[in-house]
Amino acid sequence: MFTVIGLLCLGMAVGYPFRNKRVFRRLDKSISYTVYIMLFIFGITIGANKELLEDIGSFGLQALVIAVMTITGSAIASYFAYKLFLKRGGRIEK
Amino acid sequence: MIGVFFGDAFITHIKMLPTLLLYALIFQVGLNISASGELGGLIRNLSVTTITLPIFTIIGSWVFAALSSFILTSWDFWECMALGSGFSYYSLSSILITQLKEPTLGIDMATQMGAIALLANIFRELLALVSAPLLGRVFGKFAPVSAAGCASMDICLPAITRIAGKSIVPIALIHGVVIDMSVPFWVTLFCKL
Repeated sequence: MFTVIGLLCLGMAVGYPFRNKRVFRRLDKSISYTVYIMLFIFGITIGANKELLEDIGSFGLQALVIAVMTITGSAIASYFAYKLFLKRGGRIEK
Repeated sequence: MIGVFFGDAFITHIKMLPTLLLYALIFQVGLNISASGELGGLIRNLSVTTITLPIFTIIGSWVFAALSSFILTSWDFWECMALGSGFSYYSLSSILITQLKEPTLGIDMATQMGAIALLANIFRELLALVSAPLLGRVFGKFAPVSAAGCASMDICLPAITRIAGKSIVPIALIHGVVIDMSVPFWVTLFCKL
């Protein structure tokens, strides 16, 4: 855990002097490429795992539970955020 | 899915690669946060609303992720929290979960959990997009933003704007960026608890 959070903070510290430099605009792209490679490898790991492929339906269902629950939870929470916002005189116009 | 053709022997060879790629990715994400200047713009645009909405989104998702640990008996409380903390950031959260859970759960279970995280967060993004009008009617104009998680700044932004109007755009953007930056912290935290 500390390696991951440490690297994240290191990246932020290294990037800070270079903020708003054009070179770093390309970072978005290099991040997506890294993610694509990792998803590809992740796909290989899933594909090589026989048990996992047999249970793919059950995973989909579990994933659906998590997705529906977190959406419901955050939507309910946002209702209170919206009420608070209106109470403070906030306005959302069309 | 190419793995089907290569099998187990191939997997052992590339075992180190994901970890190294993960470190490279995290470092780039860190670089991007500070170098893109988003952080500066974010701090300048801070208002009480724009910073409270992500907090509400995060807490709401956590409470219901915790509740789903009663439904999903195969995963414990903290694992459900990790699964629910992806906020539509499916690529990063699934990869982090697979990597970080491998030492404790073993490669098979960790891959399973990663696959569920991937699907759960893709579903969250898609469902948030499809249900945006409904959520907006039932829970108010912030609901499509909260439900989308990270996707409130890209995929779901057009739908959100259509429902809540143009003035929601800065709120949705800042919401997306704040959640986006916080995901690596939450997922790592819950994977280790």
